[in-house]
Amino acid sequence: MPKPDLLHEAPDTTATRASSPGSGPAGLGASRNRSRAGKRRFGPDSLRGIIVKIVLLGLVDALAVYVLMMLFLSQSWAALAVSSLVVLGINWIYLRKGGLPAKYLAPGVLFLLVFQVLVVFFSGYIAFTNYGDGHNSTKDDAIAAIQLTAQKRVPDSPAYKASVLSKDNSFHLLFTDPSGKVQLGSNGEPLADAPGAGKDSTGKANSLPGYETLAFQEIVANQQEILKITVPVSDNPADGTLRTADGSSAYQFKPALSFDAAADTFTDTETGAVYRDNGKGAFADKSGQTLSTGWKIDVGMDNFARAFTDPSLRGPLLGVIIWTFTFSVASVALTFILGLFLATTFNREDLRGKKVYRILMILPYAFPAFLSGLVWSGILNPEFGWLNQTLLGGANIGWLTDPFLAKISVLVVNLWLGFPYMFLVCTGALQSLPTELDEAARMDGASAWRVFRSIKLPLLLVSVAPLLISSFAFNFNNFNVIYMLTGGGPRFADTDRDIGATDILITLVYKVAFGQGTGRDYGLASALAIIIFIIVATISAISFKQTKALEDVN
Amino acid sequence: MKVHNTLATQTSRRVFATGAISVVAALALSACGGGASSAPGSAAAKPDLKAAGAGTITMWVDAERSPALKEITEKFKADTGIEVKLVVKDFAAVRDDFITQVPTGKGPDLIVGPHDWIGKFVQNGVIAPVELGDKAATFQDSSIKAMSYNGAVYGVPYAVENIALLRNTAIVDAKASTFEDVVANGKKAVTEGKATFPFLVGMDPKQGDPYHLYPLQASLGSQVFGKGADGGYDAKQLLIGDAAGVEFAKKLAAWGDAGEKIINSNITGDIAKEKFLAGESPYFLTGPWNVPDVQKKGIKFAVDELPAAGGSAAQPFIGVNGFFISAKSANALATNEFVTNYLSSEPAQDSMYKAGGRPPALKASFEKAASDPVVAAFGKIGATGVPMPAIPEMSAVWADWGATELAIIKGQGDPAEAWTKMAASIKAKIGG
Repeated sequence: MPKPDLLHEAPDTTATRASSPGSGPAGLGASRNRSRAGKRRFGPDSLRGIIVKIVLLGLVDALAVYVLMMLFLSQSWAALAVSSLVVLGINWIYLRKGGLPAKYLAPGVLFLLVFQVLVVFFSGYIAFTNYGDGHNSTKDDAIAAIQLTAQKRVPDSPAYKASVLSKDNSFHLLFTDPSGKVQLGSNGEPLADAPGAGKDSTGKANSLPGYETLAFQEIVANQQEILKITVPVSDNPADGTLRTADGSSAYQFKPALSFDAAADTFTDTETGAVYRDNGKGAFADKSGQTLSTGWKIDVGMDNFARAFTDPSLRGPLLGVIIWTFTFSVASVALTFILGLFLATTFNREDLRGKKVYRILMILPYAFPAFLSGLVWSGILNPEFGWLNQTLLGGANIGWLTDPFLAKISVLVVNLWLGFPYMFLVCTGALQSLPTELDEAARMDGASAWRVFRSIKLPLLLVSVAPLLISSFAFNFNNFNVIYMLTGGGPRFADTDRDIGATDILITLVYKVAFGQGTGRDYGLASALAIIIFIIVATISAISFKQTKALEDVN
Repeated sequence: MKVHNTLATQTSRRVFATGAISVVAALALSACGGGASSAPGSAAAKPDLKAAGAGTITMWVDAERSPALKEITEKFKADTGIEVKLVVKDFAAVRDDFITQVPTGKGPDLIVGPHDWIGKFVQNGVIAPVELGDKAATFQDSSIKAMSYNGAVYGVPYAVENIALLRNTAIVDAKASTFEDVVANGKKAVTEGKATFPFLVGMDPKQGDPYHLYPLQASLGSQVFGKGADGGYDAKQLLIGDAAGVEFAKKLAAWGDAGEKIINSNITGDIAKEKFLAGESPYFLTGPWNVPDVQKKGIKFAVDELPAAGGSAAQPFIGVNGFFISAKSANALATNEFVTNYLSSEPAQDSMYKAGGRPPALKASFEKAASDPVVAAFGKIGATGVPMPAIPEMSAVWADWGATELAIIKGQGDPAEAWTKMAASIKAKIGG
């Protein structure tokens, strides 16, 4: 029985498309290696093999040595130890003779560790901290930042011109005030008159007998020390200190807050209010007023508790969870039904021009989803959108602004985006079904629908069910469609947060993480992400068990 | 022969292995040397900037502004020997990347951005104050005010931008003196068939657009935050829900979809621009960024200040772009020198203007740029504006504010009630 060429081609293309991208290159590599082993000259133990091995390993090691040096210089000891072990491990794997499986597995395992496991553990760790706006770094950084911003220029104080001088390996600053008076000072040493100072053409004192004047390059080379110089204006500390930020001008500063390292407190120099570590990663006074910069601390299960107790989250969270399930289940069901229907239709052998139809069918799939979202949001504009204007004769229907219609719109757009994938998958699966079964059933007098329901569909589900589960997981986290089409809106009226009727969990996490409303809160967002992960993992695990039962049927 | 051959391969293999190892070792050694010492001979004559970690200043900048900075960075290098490395970053990612990377020590020394980032930066402790001294007076007052936060100046401004009312002079030839006149002129143009829309302002269909509507709100006497003793916004004084705000909400409903349709919730920024370019409306409330396209289209237009709808002036928000120094810059002195003495100079501000078209913040540069009447008009209107609040609490305001305005424009619910509820919600977020 001659088969048309088209049918022959199609299963192949669909099969490669549907299979995971990883399997392609791996298969290729395996066949190449087989041919290498066949020709002894190019085998791993040949001269050529050794050269390639040494060059590649040398490159890897050269990079590793560089990385290790950088880690050593930055004193990251833990990372240095781990990296050294990894480098040693890699060299051991590739320099020894046997152990072929390890040689193939090592790169994959390494990338898995770096790009998956590490990331998962890191976000897991973040979920137990208060990392977010205002709690961005360590306590030392926060103290330094508070001290830095607490420096206020003394009101109406003069602007001094400054030169940097050095004597006996210590730096001094030579100040010229607006009236032309020249004074000298150094770190902790109050201003004193500087007789005999030389001046340049602008009237700025730039030299003093017995001292050496630093050129700009020398100033920059010693900038850390020079920036630290604070010259008391007088013996009275309340008058403030002179500092320079650029080595050529100086101003009188007074800190608004003073830090007591022993007591670990900041004191407001004007009001006398004392700010202490409040145990929540910030300095706070008695009334609970905190200083603006805080630091990251571990908060235990707080973020998880907040996800369910925060009144602005608790209410909408339930609605969002229900809608997330509705959205992902409905998306999978609708796209599968339409995809399967089209696949069955276009699978008829006597249909002409199948290739063209199939290409047209796949077009929405080839379009970036976030772009489609934007385009659709324009199409669905109530007044200027193409749908209302052209198709519905100028009706004013708020497709994206009415909570119910917005949900429908999101599902329809996602159907438009998603059915080509199901179409591809189902076409591939249908074409792999043995035609004899079909013929046999027909002979027995079964109707087309009966054949489809009792024979084709069960067989189809065996191969497609795992893909439906992964499609569910994908739609559960289908950020693009929601965010680009409705942005989660229209907003719920009963919450302070920017959460709306079409928000699914992942857009909610995004809004929490990137602060649409109350500032960024990575800790809470990570906790929510972990909850999502648990939900998806549980459902997938249960469903995969169910599909095993499906296989047993056949 | 056979034995000989094997031996030969073996030796060659060994020789090669040793050779390769020594190459790797040499590479490693040279890498070692590169980091630690460069040009040891010149150390006596010139201090080795690289050794002190001061050879380069790293600056994050977006693709549009990067070319404008080339000239001034070259001059800085010629004068001081310090190179300013311009790292081009995606503008949308700059703020968050800066906040996350500065604490790790991997952030840049310097970035460019709008002033309303300052609050977040200070909250996260990632920027250092800049002392401009007498130079502050050479900048426009509004720009220095915008750069001030908690009584200190945090950035060197270079451009000021704000919105104004573009008027298609072919449709309406006279400037209006009240917003009611604007509405009347617009409606008249529509009834005469000269236009389709009386007034255009872009709305975000998801979030509304409080930024563009603010001048109207201000003209009714409603502000977002009150000001503290230091002249900056004070988060404790939330004024948005006051009587004037409620008044504005009512007007908004009257102008909205259910009322006169002056402000249409379905007109997005893109649609508004498209309709104005097509000559379908006499008025377009927008910023200087849309002006080049209007000019290209050959539409004759005038730049007016938005007339007041109530008793107060219709002050627009002004946004000031400037340069900020990292709190953890390892090269703080050189960076300060570059920012306070080079980027604040006239040539630098001139070339930033030429590249971006935004009115310069430096008075001398602005005067030059003001030979262009459009820049002059926008600048004049900006001088009456108020800085967009930079306090971190502002992020709690935007979402509620926009969504509520959008709902009111759509005619959903009672405007006064919605507005009061919005104020209470914002207050709860700031307090909690």
